[in-house]
Amino acid sequence: MAKKLMKGSEAIAEAAIRNGCRFFFGYPITPQTEIPEYFSERMFEEDVNGCFLQAESEVSAINMVYGAATTGVRAMTSSSSPGISLKQEGISSLCAAELPCVIVNVMRGGPGIGSIQAGQGDYYQAVKGGGHGDYHLIVFAPSSVQEAIDCMGKAFDLADKYRTPAMICADGIIAQMMEPVELPEIRDYKVDPAKKPWAATGYDCKNPVGQRADVTSLYVETEELDVLHERLQGTYKVIEANEVQYEAYNMEKAEIVVTAFGTVARIAKSVIDELEGQGIHVGMLRPITLWPFPYEAVHKAATQPGVKAVLDVEMNAGQMLDDVKIAINGAQKIEFLGHCGSHLPTVEEIKAKILAMKEGM
Amino acid sequence: MAVEYKATQLLTEKPRHYCPGCGHGIIHRLVAEAIEELDVHGDVVGISPVGCSVFANNYFNFDMVNALHGRAPAVGTGIKRAKPDSLVFTYQGDGDLASIGAAEVVHAAMRGEKISTVFVNNAIYGMTGGQMAPTTLVGQKTTTSPNGRDADWCGSPIRICEMLSTLEGTYYVERVALDSPGHINQAKKAIKKAFQYQMEGKGYCLVEVLSTCPTNWSMSPVESMDWLKENMIPYYPLGVFKDKGAE
Amino acid sequence: MLEQCIFAGFGGQGTLLIGKFLACAGLMEGKEVTWLPSYGPEMRGGTANCSVVVSDKPIAAPVISNPSAVIAMNLPSLLKFEHTVQPGGVLIINSSLTDAKSSRDDVKVAYVPATEIAEQVGNPKGANVVILGAYMALRPEVVKVETLIEAMKEELGPRKMKFLDGNVKALHAGMEYVKNHQ
Repeated sequence: MAKKLMKGSEAIAEAAIRNGCRFFFGYPITPQTEIPEYFSERMFEEDVNGCFLQAESEVSAINMVYGAATTGVRAMTSSSSPGISLKQEGISSLCAAELPCVIVNVMRGGPGIGSIQAGQGDYYQAVKGGGHGDYHLIVFAPSSVQEAIDCMGKAFDLADKYRTPAMICADGIIAQMMEPVELPEIRDYKVDPAKKPWAATGYDCKNPVGQRADVTSLYVETEELDVLHERLQGTYKVIEANEVQYEAYNMEKAEIVVTAFGTVARIAKSVIDELEGQGIHVGMLRPITLWPFPYEAVHKAATQPGVKAVLDVEMNAGQMLDDVKIAINGAQKIEFLGHCGSHLPTVEEIKAKILAMKEGM
Repeated sequence: MAVEYKATQLLTEKPRHYCPGCGHGIIHRLVAEAIEELDVHGDVVGISPVGCSVFANNYFNFDMVNALHGRAPAVGTGIKRAKPDSLVFTYQGDGDLASIGAAEVVHAAMRGEKISTVFVNNAIYGMTGGQMAPTTLVGQKTTTSPNGRDADWCGSPIRICEMLSTLEGTYYVERVALDSPGHINQAKKAIKKAFQYQMEGKGYCLVEVLSTCPTNWSMSPVESMDWLKENMIPYYPLGVFKDKGAE
Repeated sequence: MLEQCIFAGFGGQGTLLIGKFLACAGLMEGKEVTWLPSYGPEMRGGTANCSVVVSDKPIAAPVISNPSAVIAMNLPSLLKFEHTVQPGGVLIINSSLTDAKSSRDDVKVAYVPATEIAEQVGNPKGANVVILGAYMALRPEVVKVETLIEAMKEELGPRKMKFLDGNVKALHAGMEYVKNHQ
């Protein structure tokens, strides 16, 4: 299929549809409003025949997703940072009720209302919790429009496979940018009660077949909650063992390894390409899944023979840096370059930082 | 003709946790009987709230989904949009529906969402132990209004039926009570009518049931029935506030 | 070839659209492209700009700090981006809207009275495409003119196809103007 130019937000929406998502509930907020706008037309086209509904709030939107997900269908919502904060009670609840769904966060600068430009300040929120309780989301951080499309498919599949919500952490740049993309074929998703026995697909108590749906996040007894946590933590271990995704770039002769995700990783890539032309070898380890985090890959890259230092670059105060440090566990020198809010690190400053590090070696 | 009083299969045999004299047991039964009589019990999704009836998942013998505090109408919206042919109802108390979930119920009603709500108003927060509800009467003592609800300080109680019946999207709104056998029969008729309308594809229906909470009202079950009659009904008048089907 | 181009102007001048034409043409020629708009309050009656990268190789950053070409459709855009142009790069100024002169002597500067030219060819709303023509004349190595016209067809779509002829005229007029005033 020929590539076509597509805006990130629209590509995300179309990718969801092509992966069987027929239920979208959301609320407008910049810079992701093109996602609900796209769904508001596309969901009602003949080859889709789905449901778009503008909710009264982000809180309601995530709870509508919760409702739709209980029936086994593929459902999603999208928002941007402040709206994702509002959704947290629902996200925690979806995890506890073990309901698959996809949440897209087009990150902008925070905290508070913050800015509407791209941000990366929601790393902790996405990866370390956000809502209350011990839970994880599978979190993808695409760094191109094509990768955002690919992540959508993966997110829906893994959400169903592991009965857990998955999140796409994009940012304002990924959502607003147009790039050439290839879309997957459109596929339908039919709820199979045999595969989703927990779903509310109808239960006749006078003529019972299968089990009665009892979807809840309530486990009043300590022992009952323990059982849930054993199951959740067991699932998380399987996910950590099998679903880590990352990109290793220009690692062969690397002396310095950059760790970065999303848009910032692309800025860093520009620097790496430029320096390579000057005979300065810099590699990059870019997590595609922020959770599960590629601890092993980061450790391996940082301790690869010839590597003398690691530079973590982020558009926040060093949130992923914590995980990079855990991964490296003291085995390599780590430096950090970053700005908070929506202050994007530039090619020039990353280059200057790397050259200064190189100087000090 | 002999009338046999027997249990409905639409309720499980799990022992209820409700206090003596609590209205939830009666209302559960009315809901179950209404569904059974409409013969749609194989395709129902009930949404339980946060509050005393949070355990309703254990008692209703059909698909049940528990919603976060106040979010039942949003959850019901998601379910109904995904399963338009199913009977979908929310079962909510006064704190859940009229306080923390006020936005959700208003907007589900505004959209004319084809779901039904059984709204249990007992003028107090039961589960958390007797705090002031948005429907607590002026002067009524609760653990967070120990000197009685002060209208100047925290406003007057909200009348949900009156408010929601002003919305174009509501199809049928009625307030009933549990204080007498006659009123209980009327409550069942109202709930059945709301479900009937939903199955006919009509808009949003809500039945408010004035109920009792002897434990948190610090009364005997009998005293609480009298209190409901003497104090709640004058402020929350019974009757049909809207019935587009009867117009 | 790595072209990093910023198109900047007021909202409503069609600045984002000419950026799209260029990106679309790049794609049609099998090149790598990115198109990144400014968005938000800036767009509501304020300045609007987009960054377009066209390259033979996969594009790392879609964000441009030092463009190889800047198209300034008005004075605020000139003031904002003039100093960022790479030495040896191109700066095109819509001289219909500003008399300002660039102080840069290390870049190629072209002053194009785009509004007047557009009016002359009977397409008064085509100042943006005139400027794009000027850009095409100064940067022939990025995409071919034929491809750009194909891209215009694609982006306008059937609903706006009636504007194609006027735009093609404006494009050629912009190219001619630059060729005659170099």
